[in-house]
Amino acid sequence: MLIKTASDIRSSEITSKHDYLNRRQLFAAAGGLLLAGPGRAAKIENVKKSPFSTTEGVNSVTDATTYNNFYELGTSKADPARNASRLKVQNWKVKVEGLCNKPTTFDLDMLMKLAPMEERIYRMRCVEAWSIVVPWIGYSLSALLKAVEPNAKAKYVAFESFYDPANMLSSAAGGIEFPYREGLRLDEAMHPLALLTFGMYGETLPNQNGAPVRLITPWKYGFKGIKSINKIRLVEKEPPCTWKMTNPSEYGFYSNVNPQVDHPRWTQATERRLGEFSRRKTLMFNGYGDQVASLYTGLDLRKNY
Amino acid sequence: MIRIYKALVWLACLFPLAMLLYKFRANDLTANPIEYITHETGDWGLRILLVSLMITPLRRLGFPTLIQYRRLLGLFAFFYICLHFAIWFLLDRGLDLGEMWSDVMKRRFITAGMLGLALMVPLAITSTKGWIRRLGKRWQLLHRAVYVSAVAGVVHYYWLVKSDIRLPALYGGVLLVLFGARLWHRLK
Repeated sequence: MLIKTASDIRSSEITSKHDYLNRRQLFAAAGGLLLAGPGRAAKIENVKKSPFSTTEGVNSVTDATTYNNFYELGTSKADPARNASRLKVQNWKVKVEGLCNKPTTFDLDMLMKLAPMEERIYRMRCVEAWSIVVPWIGYSLSALLKAVEPNAKAKYVAFESFYDPANMLSSAAGGIEFPYREGLRLDEAMHPLALLTFGMYGETLPNQNGAPVRLITPWKYGFKGIKSINKIRLVEKEPPCTWKMTNPSEYGFYSNVNPQVDHPRWTQATERRLGEFSRRKTLMFNGYGDQVASLYTGLDLRKNY
Repeated sequence: MIRIYKALVWLACLFPLAMLLYKFRANDLTANPIEYITHETGDWGLRILLVSLMITPLRRLGFPTLIQYRRLLGLFAFFYICLHFAIWFLLDRGLDLGEMWSDVMKRRFITAGMLGLALMVPLAITSTKGWIRRLGKRWQLLHRAVYVSAVAGVVHYYWLVKSDIRLPALYGGVLLVLFGARLWHRLK
């Protein structure tokens, strides 16, 4: 672990003693703002910087909030921002269950206080061959998993998105089955890079980005980063994942960023970073190979795409 | 009167291009402008192509004068599809002929799209009065290739989308109705 030196922290970033002592009220206020209405972002306080952050240029908030894949809110890139109010995030609960000693249903406030918040500036590489750099806020998913104590039988983690058929796109229209499902192997889920994400750009997540809580796994294609999570289950067998269920020849369980394995319909060797004109080369594991490659030793990544 | 109507068709067909230029000036081509203009030009090319294929059935339904706009519509469809191809080849494939060709061979949605475009080239060339006269009866035979282009265009779109097939299915449905109308006319 890198230890933060004082020179990196601007005085403007240091929380005043008054705010620190009143942090619970601030959190409550943040919760209140969430209740106030959809898309109403609230500042997240006491966020530490992270050594996992990239120094690459961050994309604009506009890029990150107007160009989204969130099929429950519409299948074109602009739809999720337009239809953001269709996602109701009031009284959010996340149920964590399955093969663990302490299955728990968390409300959002509890969940946000479970571990210290960190800002992590990650590259995100979409399977559609575009990429973006976003300052996410959250903590390692491992903190949540440790809290529920997975038992020895647990080998995988299954995630499920909230789905509200009355207000969201139907499965028939979207062409994928809702609720959206994703999964990780338990050791992948325990990897410190896997981020349980509550915010971005200093504030709580906008609805179109998967409010109020989502997953970010920066070494995998973006669709593994399931949005608006309300169920997490520890399981023994590889759980079904929405895109793999839809089209298993194009989307695999692992979906690690891999420039050598093309999507059948387009190349994965290069990508377009949003805001850039020319395509750039895609990096193995999206450039996070030093941290994550050891998770896959002995695994044929061509077969296990 | 016909000149005014033709001017209106020109205006209508240039409107999508004007919108793209306006959005370019307003910096409103989304976070991924190259993808956006590729999709928009392809979409409009296919839509205008479908409209051009509506002329013949509508003509038979009692609007004979519509035939005067068919060539214009066909050429505008060709124009947008050429733009669509040029944007992809120039801005996405970086003018790399080898890479373009490997994409055409490797990816079936691109194969279909290229086939559709390639078949439209001789049709655009032979759309002049001179060529119509010179080819005589063979002109009509040659220009039936547009049906293959339209099918290729719809299939290209259908093979491209990840899961939401509503729009390509709609275009495919329109095309089926247009084919049905022609078949019905033949059998009648």
